[in-house]
Amino acid sequence: MAAFESFLAMGGYAAYVWPAYAIAAAVLAGLVVVSLRELGRRARELAAAEAALPARRRRGDRGDA
Amino acid sequence: MLTRFANPTRFVALAASLLPWCAGIAGLALAAGLVLALAGSPPDYQQGESVRIMYVHVPAAWMALFAYAFLAAASAVGLVWRHPLAHVAAGEAAVIGACFTFVCLATGSLWGKPMWGTWWEWDARMTSVLILFFLYLGYIALAHAFDEPARGEKAAAVLALVGAVNLPVIKFSVDWWNTLHQGASVVTLSGPKIDAAMLAPLLVMAAGFTALFVAVLLVRMRTALIARRLRALTLSRVHAGAVAPETAQGA
Repeated sequence: MAAFESFLAMGGYAAYVWPAYAIAAAVLAGLVVVSLRELGRRARELAAAEAALPARRRRGDRGDA
Repeated sequence: MLTRFANPTRFVALAASLLPWCAGIAGLALAAGLVLALAGSPPDYQQGESVRIMYVHVPAAWMALFAYAFLAAASAVGLVWRHPLAHVAAGEAAVIGACFTFVCLATGSLWGKPMWGTWWEWDARMTSVLILFFLYLGYIALAHAFDEPARGEKAAAVLALVGAVNLPVIKFSVDWWNTLHQGASVVTLSGPKIDAAMLAPLLVMAAGFTALFVAVLLVRMRTALIARRLRALTLSRVHAGAVAPETAQGA
């Protein structure tokens, strides 16, 4: 426990070391999450757009989508 | 060689097979790097435990420079050979590079306060990295400033090439001008000047950041290609819609 506390204290530099790691983790994790979400969103949009396409090309009914 | 991957379909297939490897390497290297950086390496004899900030600051700085070099190279390929994927790669690398540059600046500031007694100093190294950050933002803004994406890509690519002069300025700023920032200690003519116990976590973190860069780049390029296809579909539908719906209903 004391060892863990001294680890957290970072020799008195806790106020600088931990925010540095936290900012790096937040920015990079945020980048990964945003990028993956955007891929999922665009992929769904494309799937919907392509599903609507052949019906149009066949000049059939316009579909409900 | 390059033209083999000019076909976006082929690129998507290649990216899909590369992505799990890059993501896996990034996860493993970053986990190992964090353990080494926070617990497995010794405190510095002068800086104490604050030296641990180095293990995110320095790899982030390397990635900031690497991503810009990639951005400039991809822009050149896009302008000269009109490789269809080059501008896509450049545009997505700019976003990732901006993130790494921000991490570099923020962690540098947090390291500077206890070691130099200041969050920020307008000296050559810090100012040139701040300019790098603005170059990334300028590239992203310019690339999206035109109605026609191709024009924005071209204008931004020119900016990326002009801005590349900043890279050697950053690298050699600590030699050319007086600065608070320390000189090169890893990439020097006489080899690394830092102890192996500190060099190891540094290199492992750098490997993790590099793999993360490639993984995120692949994901974002794929997203950009999908968006491009969506735009083409929408345009063709609008175009067809001007005449098609009525005839379609009549048929």
